[in-house]
Amino acid sequence: MLNALTSYLGSPVTPGQAGNQLWALIYVLIIFAGVSIAVMAMNWLERKALAHFQIRLGPMRVGPHGLLQPIADALKLMLKEDIIPSEADKTVFWIAPLIGLVAAFTVYTVIPFGPSQAVSDMNIGILFMLGVSSLGVLGIVTAGWASNSHYPLIGALRSSAQMVSYEVAMGLAVVSAILMTSLNTAGTGTLSMIGIVQAQQQQGVWFLFKFFPLGFVAFIIFAIAMVAETNRAPFDLAEAESELTAGFHTEYSGLRWSLFMLAEYAAMIAVSAIAVTLWLGGWMRPFPNLLNAPAWEFVFSLFPGLTFAALAGFAFLGTARMPSHSFFRIQRIGLGVFALLLAFLALVLFVIAIAGRNTDTSLAAHTREGIDYVYWFMLKVAIFMYLFIWYRATWPRYRFDQLMKIGWKVMLPISLGVLILTAIVGVLIP
Amino acid sequence: MNPALNVGSAPVGTPYFFYGLAAAAVISGLLVITRRNAVHSALSLIVTLLSVAGLYLMLYAPFVAGVQIIVYAGGIMVLFLFVIMLVNIDRASKERQFNRIWPVGLLASCALLALFLGAFSKGRALLPERATQLPEGINTQQVAALLYGEAGRMGQYTFAFEIASLLLLVAILGAVIMTKKKI
Repeated sequence: MLNALTSYLGSPVTPGQAGNQLWALIYVLIIFAGVSIAVMAMNWLERKALAHFQIRLGPMRVGPHGLLQPIADALKLMLKEDIIPSEADKTVFWIAPLIGLVAAFTVYTVIPFGPSQAVSDMNIGILFMLGVSSLGVLGIVTAGWASNSHYPLIGALRSSAQMVSYEVAMGLAVVSAILMTSLNTAGTGTLSMIGIVQAQQQQGVWFLFKFFPLGFVAFIIFAIAMVAETNRAPFDLAEAESELTAGFHTEYSGLRWSLFMLAEYAAMIAVSAIAVTLWLGGWMRPFPNLLNAPAWEFVFSLFPGLTFAALAGFAFLGTARMPSHSFFRIQRIGLGVFALLLAFLALVLFVIAIAGRNTDTSLAAHTREGIDYVYWFMLKVAIFMYLFIWYRATWPRYRFDQLMKIGWKVMLPISLGVLILTAIVGVLIP
Repeated sequence: MNPALNVGSAPVGTPYFFYGLAAAAVISGLLVITRRNAVHSALSLIVTLLSVAGLYLMLYAPFVAGVQIIVYAGGIMVLFLFVIMLVNIDRASKERQFNRIWPVGLLASCALLALFLGAFSKGRALLPERATQLPEGINTQQVAALLYGEAGRMGQYTFAFEIASLLLLVAILGAVIMTKKKI
């Protein structure tokens, strides 16, 4: 029995290849926890970064530099009274946030954090992602309708019109990237998320730079459409607070409202992951083919440790710069402990990088590789997440007719043209 | 992918998944026609479409399942909801739910039932012994080969596919002309 157990747990089948259900389940739990933590971190970062963009301090009271603010927010939202309007359609009102949440989290089953660091490798991966993430709009639409109130209904109508319009341009941009996977003499095309990254690896180029500027234009189209898909500024007309109070979630409060926020941020991470997978080489580190000497491999594997060391440095700097008044003693200790924790993580990552520097089959080398894959993937996604905040702080909201005009009259023709040109160039240049 | 995996990898609990999905499809399908509230009907229809997508997945047709989710559940049903939400629900729910052409409906459903019963009783003779199991990995390619053909040959359904696209194009143009008098 013990033998069976160990062979089951140690089976060479990795979750990315859809084998062992137990490991897949563990991955699901890790991803669920990781995404929830990432959403909380994103929440803090967004408030802080937006504040700094506007020359404010942002949250400063709860914990050092407001680090515990997301936890305080979560507690507040959980304890708040959960009001259902008496005229609302109760069943639909109750289901609506769950639809959005389930749609946002289901997408994570096919996101490849590494060649085998994924829950499953569907052969229709990208199709599945687009389909399930397009179901998220149903949550918004039903929420707006079920509230039985004017502002939410208008928000829901706007949202559904916007989603349907931008999905077209988004889909065409995605198709041109999928087309690139099949244009190599070696391989046939694939829709699998892992396969798309492997195609980029084989062709030795991120699709962002392939057939320059075709891949780049398709990427830009996707990057614009994905902001519209997730209802973020400057396309956040569904919840335009200056016009519609809070749009589709005006009538929501407490835990149900927080589910909408969780779904929105989870969907943001998910679409960023699609962009990273399709155009930015997924889990690959920069220049995997050009700088492929073992020394370079080692240098790049130091990056995760360096990142955490830099974060720890910032935290230490914050500790040192804390005012020396006795009011700040606990905050100071807390930030110091946080910095030590980050420094410890950096140390662990350095140790793994050094212990696993030889690319053999040992556990250390295996762990080092896995950490590298996940690190590079998450770094790229994190850049997108920062861009979302940056957009929000920079651009004013579009008017609805402008939004429709851009979607149908600018993005759709350009993406169609890019698709046709990609096909032609792909045939001409083998 | 490890080829050794595909040999004995029968799906887990297949009949239970089938019964679950089929039950979900039938029950939500019944809800579509019995709910008085049009939005509830539309939401039930989405559940039906998703269950059918699940059945496609079980039939080793992942591409069709993906397209079903994108086109129907994600696209068309959102537009349906868009229109239905603008209807005055209070007035609509007081109207007669069924119109007077139920004899025709009865006739049609009896014909369908007869077809199903015939297929069920004569199925052994009409249908192949077991479904041909296509390799899952190239499913999408095979759909493309049937529709568009490969290596200079016309596919089996290329003509039908083109006719269907033409029909859709005509429908789109018709919709534009009907809504916009002056172009």
